[in-house]
Amino acid sequence: MALKTNVRFPQRGGMPEGDPNNSHDLLTQEELEKRGILLTSLDKLFRWGTGWSLWPLQFGLACCAIEMICTTQSRFDMSRFGYEVFRNSPRQADVMIVAGTITEKMRPAVELLYHQMPEPKWVIAMGSCAISGGPFVDSYSVVAGADKVVPVDVYVPGCPPRPEALIDGMLQLKAKLLHPERQQVVRDVK
Amino acid sequence: MQNLNVNSERYTLNMGPQHPSTHGVLRIVADFDGETCVSADPQIGYLHRGMEKLLESRTYVQGMPYTDRLDYLAGVNNNLPYALAVEKLLGVEIPERASLLRMLSCEIMRLASYMVGIGIYIMDLGAVSAVFYPYQQREYALEVMSALCGARMTQGYIRFGGVQADWNEQCDAALQKLLDEFPPFLEMYHKLVDENEIFLHRTKGVGVVTAEQAKAYGLTGANLRASGVSYDLRRDAPYCLYDRFKFKVPVQQAGDCHARYVQRMEECEVIYQLIKDIYAALKETEGGEIMGKVPKVLRVPAGEAYAQTENPKGIMGCMVASDGKTNPLRVHFRRPSFDNIAIYSELMPGHKMADLVTIIASFDIVLGEIDA
Repeated sequence: MALKTNVRFPQRGGMPEGDPNNSHDLLTQEELEKRGILLTSLDKLFRWGTGWSLWPLQFGLACCAIEMICTTQSRFDMSRFGYEVFRNSPRQADVMIVAGTITEKMRPAVELLYHQMPEPKWVIAMGSCAISGGPFVDSYSVVAGADKVVPVDVYVPGCPPRPEALIDGMLQLKAKLLHPERQQVVRDVK
Repeated sequence: MQNLNVNSERYTLNMGPQHPSTHGVLRIVADFDGETCVSADPQIGYLHRGMEKLLESRTYVQGMPYTDRLDYLAGVNNNLPYALAVEKLLGVEIPERASLLRMLSCEIMRLASYMVGIGIYIMDLGAVSAVFYPYQQREYALEVMSALCGARMTQGYIRFGGVQADWNEQCDAALQKLLDEFPPFLEMYHKLVDENEIFLHRTKGVGVVTAEQAKAYGLTGANLRASGVSYDLRRDAPYCLYDRFKFKVPVQQAGDCHARYVQRMEECEVIYQLIKDIYAALKETEGGEIMGKVPKVLRVPAGEAYAQTENPKGIMGCMVASDGKTNPLRVHFRRPSFDNIAIYSELMPGHKMADLVTIIASFDIVLGEIDA
């Protein structure tokens, strides 16, 4: 059965004149949305879907990993936002939450795990150790921040951050996915 | 039925450092013959942050937050041996109320740590729902700590000479919540796990540690007591004011993975009773001092001191050497998990592949402490 539509595509040679009273004429996107028809690009649709169901890699390094587990447990319950599917294999994950101190011995493993994840992928640096090395920054065996190893999208400060902070970090990542035109968001601390 | 004598292949299996049931970044390189483990070699150091070296370049007070990050499941318990060792050198008198607050916070965090230990243990055996209930109780315990000092996990609550903050009304309410919720939880959890056939099959007779082995390998804490050795520092070499309180020290004889679970569950009851007793004693010291007389700039007299406490994972010791400056000459920690995992390479051979996970989980290790 042919789908009846009142959208007419423009003829070659420029846009036809639109008449608001003539329903058979070409409509703008806003007018279409008012009639319940949504136009979008596939890329946008996929980003919208991914943003609501990110699959993090179950990968704990240090203290922050415990708060990461807490975030998935009953009180904070990250599944309210659709992020509870922690995958044990990097092949099935979207987001790598670097939860803890990266040491020189661990650096190759973190790098390998990142490269094993399929594109598109994102990284959240959780806690001061993953941001900058934190209290261990001047140690002989500590890498000063996850961004020395992998590209980081969202930084969540704290030592360790509260579970709410990690949820906020995930929501920031969602905002980044839905609005890729926003380059950088820096929060003011008051 | 032929081919019963199938030749199995020998191969090496690498487990970790990224593995969901190695409790962090422990790596185990094991040789298998078919599905039976032939040799196992725990590899550590993936979280080695050089903590002892860092403490040498910090002042004593700056060093305190680092101890929280050793056994991060029970931060306060790690502060205590460091504080006790330095206080031995300083010769400070600790007020009674401060000691009671230290003990109370330690017992609350011990309960929280046991909840994680038990929950993750059962989860590693495949029962994912069994992890949610203990974590709920842990939240109640952390609520008390955040009302007391403002931090959930790495509290740094203990100061040299006393504690950071006094007990307040918010803590009363939070502790009452924990005390109300815990007994029904324990009863429910016994019903949920104890009689489970899969759980019993996977834990009974697996990873048996005899009392001699346990002593030879320097096991401490619940792992030692599950092998039939009744030794608890809180009773046998009391620190703080533990000698004032009477409490039972549970002991299991079997020494297998199941015994270690039963041991932790029984100890939970003891901890619960201790929290109640200490809380009652704390109420009698209302308005007391919480800090002893400690100078603003801490110059610790030259000398060496060692203090040890009973931590959730075992005996935690701290040795401090001072040469009279504002920063320590050398600090060394005896980390219980580090000594507890030494037995793995003897315990694991002869077991099936899945039993390795059971053995790792039953010891309740924490990698921050192993690697320091």
